[in-house]
Amino acid sequence: MRFSVLVEVTLRAGVADPQGATIERSLPALGFEAVEGVRVGKAIRFTIDAPDEATARSQVDELCHRFLANPVIEDSAVTLHEVAGVA
Amino acid sequence: MTARVGVVVFPGSNCEHDVVEALAKLGGESRLLWHGDRSVGDVDAVVLPGGFAHGDYLRPGAIARFSPIMQAVGEFAAAGGPVVGICNGFQVLTEAGLLPGALQKNRGLSFLCMPVDVCIDSRRSVLTEDAEAGAVLRIPINHFEGNFTCDEETLQRLVDEERVVLRYVDNPNGSMGDIAGICNEAGNVVGLMPHPERASDPLLGSSDGLVLLGSLLRAAGNQGRASLAG
Repeated sequence: MRFSVLVEVTLRAGVADPQGATIERSLPALGFEAVEGVRVGKAIRFTIDAPDEATARSQVDELCHRFLANPVIEDSAVTLHEVAGVA
Repeated sequence: MTARVGVVVFPGSNCEHDVVEALAKLGGESRLLWHGDRSVGDVDAVVLPGGFAHGDYLRPGAIARFSPIMQAVGEFAAAGGPVVGICNGFQVLTEAGLLPGALQKNRGLSFLCMPVDVCIDSRRSVLTEDAEAGAVLRIPINHFEGNFTCDEETLQRLVDEERVVLRYVDNPNGSMGDIAGICNEAGNVVGLMPHPERASDPLLGSSDGLVLLGSLLRAAGNQGRASLAG
């Protein structure tokens, strides 16, 4: 089975986000006065082949923990769904 | 005996020859170690130099920590060998888990390239034991991700265990606790954002980095004697 994966890596709550803060500060100049709480992260997409969804999910979780996110400052969220038509 | 220092070259490192040159000025012998090697050989100390290992993709140091030589560096460190990470090398050491915390983008999002004053906060490390506590050194920084971050508990432990080795006099990048450099519990693994090799000659504007590199060479010499005795 093949699964399509989206990993979103975000800075943990409480960790200062200089990019988000800079973007937020620039918005009033463009007329967007109502925007608050800008946080910048990364979106990483890939596919993974695995015998079942639980195996795919556990491998992706390990990949996130060991590599895609730095647990000292980042959280990761995984969205995973099966790609139809792949045996 | 002359201390032999292994300077690790990752694809994208760019300060390795500066480190070799500065150590040579102090009588140290260096050799370049390729990141793909699985051993550090018979060196007495290891330096991870500055640069952009593996292009800094994903996060600085995130890919370098998986370079084959890093397992050998970890084993060398666990055996008490002196290991110093400068700038990108510091980032690699945190990603590899050899030092706590992480290096975030600078507060203000500026790439900072300038001399700064740093204060010797602890002499309990291979890089600072020959320096005078409280001494202020003028050493250049050159980084985008030098904003040291960790949880409060880790910060408290670093302070209590005298593992903050260098602090910025005037914090340039938002680092927690003005931290410019830290060491591990044993003091043999040190990471710092300033570049002591770039403060190694009056022609460069400062020679203040030499006391740090001299400490490392002395620790490396002691390490060499210890391993001969052992």
